[in-house]
Amino acid sequence: MAINTPKQTSHLKREILVRLIRSFLSDNFEEKTRMIPYDMRPKGHEVPYRCCIYKERAILRDRAIAGLGFSIEETEESELLSNLAAKALERKEPDEHPLTVLTTACKGCVPSRIYVTDLCQGCVARPCVNTCKFGAISVQNGKSVIDPEKCKNCGMCAQVCPYQAIQKIIVPCENACPVGAINKGDDGYAQIDFDKCISCGKCVSACPFGAVHEKSQIIDVLKSIKEGKKVIAMVAPAMFGQLPCSPAQLKEAILKLGFADVYEVAQGADTTTRTEAAEFVERLEEGAEFMTTSCCAGYNELVEKHIPEMKPFRSDTKTPMYYTAEIVKKEQPDAVTVFFSPCVAKRREALQNPNVDYVLNYEEVGAWFIALGIQVAECGESAFKVEASAESRNYCVTGGVAAAVQTMLPEEIPAHPVVIDGLTKQNIRDLKKYAKNGLCDLGNLIEVMACQGGCLGGNGTVNAYKPALKQVSSYVSASESIKPSEKVEK
Amino acid sequence: MSEKISVKVCLGTTCFVMGSANLQELIETVPAKYGDKVEVSGVPCLGLCSIDWEFSKAPYVKVNDDVIKEATVEKVLKAIDEKLAAK
Repeated sequence: MAINTPKQTSHLKREILVRLIRSFLSDNFEEKTRMIPYDMRPKGHEVPYRCCIYKERAILRDRAIAGLGFSIEETEESELLSNLAAKALERKEPDEHPLTVLTTACKGCVPSRIYVTDLCQGCVARPCVNTCKFGAISVQNGKSVIDPEKCKNCGMCAQVCPYQAIQKIIVPCENACPVGAINKGDDGYAQIDFDKCISCGKCVSACPFGAVHEKSQIIDVLKSIKEGKKVIAMVAPAMFGQLPCSPAQLKEAILKLGFADVYEVAQGADTTTRTEAAEFVERLEEGAEFMTTSCCAGYNELVEKHIPEMKPFRSDTKTPMYYTAEIVKKEQPDAVTVFFSPCVAKRREALQNPNVDYVLNYEEVGAWFIALGIQVAECGESAFKVEASAESRNYCVTGGVAAAVQTMLPEEIPAHPVVIDGLTKQNIRDLKKYAKNGLCDLGNLIEVMACQGGCLGGNGTVNAYKPALKQVSSYVSASESIKPSEKVEK
Repeated sequence: MSEKISVKVCLGTTCFVMGSANLQELIETVPAKYGDKVEVSGVPCLGLCSIDWEFSKAPYVKVNDDVIKEATVEKVLKAIDEKLAAK
């Protein structure tokens, strides 16, 4: 699948967010929230997607619940949206798991299986019958038939059919998940196993019914600002490719939302770059064959939950978010910090870091601009107090982290980067192999990005990939290089 | 030779977030497909989203004087084809 393909489901999610923000800012948050499904599907409105207007409203209600930051699984069906809005205001901290599945929206897709279509010619060669290791295929009445009792869903028959008459029917969320954490439950609806889930967000992007939602923290952030707290935005590098404006205009636009200050997370990435380069040199001198990066939250959770044997090879350097939040809390201890994230995984990382209070993705920030009618392209310019380096501003592009580390290395210890551009079942097997053997035959610096394209391909982004990359690249080329004169000493 | 068809893709913040980010490809693909018969550009906010709750119908694209709501690449190309056929 291409990165960031346009989706009607995104349109719905963003519309709900705008309406929630406007409800919050109105004089009657609870009642306005209760009305969202009815405002979006009033009496007599066309029914664009589902069986009837009542089903559409029920799903919109659930989308609003996720927007309020609650888990659909744990919410009573009889609970009024207005009550939930009131409860959202009382919440002290975000939920432990950032994702929730809307059973109402989940289609309950047909189970993943191998299917012989009408294109089967009942040929003489019968490669399907001969290839099947489980004896699951026989020819009956001139067509191949699969015995579901024996079939193991391996898909070999589909690969060898000369007519491409055998198809693997997939469940998009199951197929997208690289770690087998989302599956159809006994009731036929998708369920997330949070012991396995690495919060990569691939199911959020993959579901064509928009049934997997992030639990938004937008109400918590709005509330903090309304209470007059000093709320500070920490903007990850990918954000600078998201909206049609300059970085300085973006800062001004964020200040207009009510934030007290805006920090570039690339500032913290400068520390990551220096520390990781020094660590790389040290590790190789001590005889290590390779090291992996450690800035992608999805990858870090993968290592914790699925490849613990990789821990000794993963850099101990902290993420750009970590260092940035540390800087902010040191400079302004009374600040409430909000990380502007391209993905779900950073929500998990933030929960484990006391210096990061909330996380918003770019859909949520975009919806906020819409709700307030802020035209980013017409905003004035507000410069960042600390200018980050070009290399660190490029962290959000696949290969960018490894390239930044490489800049700082002494000539005697060159890095041979290997880039994992988006986690898949296959490259997770490769990573396990490298960890087991203590060796990666392709190189010695493995950069892992859970999302294809890097952070710019994150599930919470709004811009299409190519224009986002162009925008980030022009920002990077206009920035000063990190000082290679400060290279790591051997 | 009649006048060129004008295509304006709204790149105001609302339209951009609601989907015109994905319409930017038109700015490259339309000239390649139609040559100088069609003029396409990304424009600042057309002001269509600010009326009432019309943000929910964003993104907007204008093909000559016709406004396309909830625009997609397919809808815009269809509108261009219709205009060309009417000439």
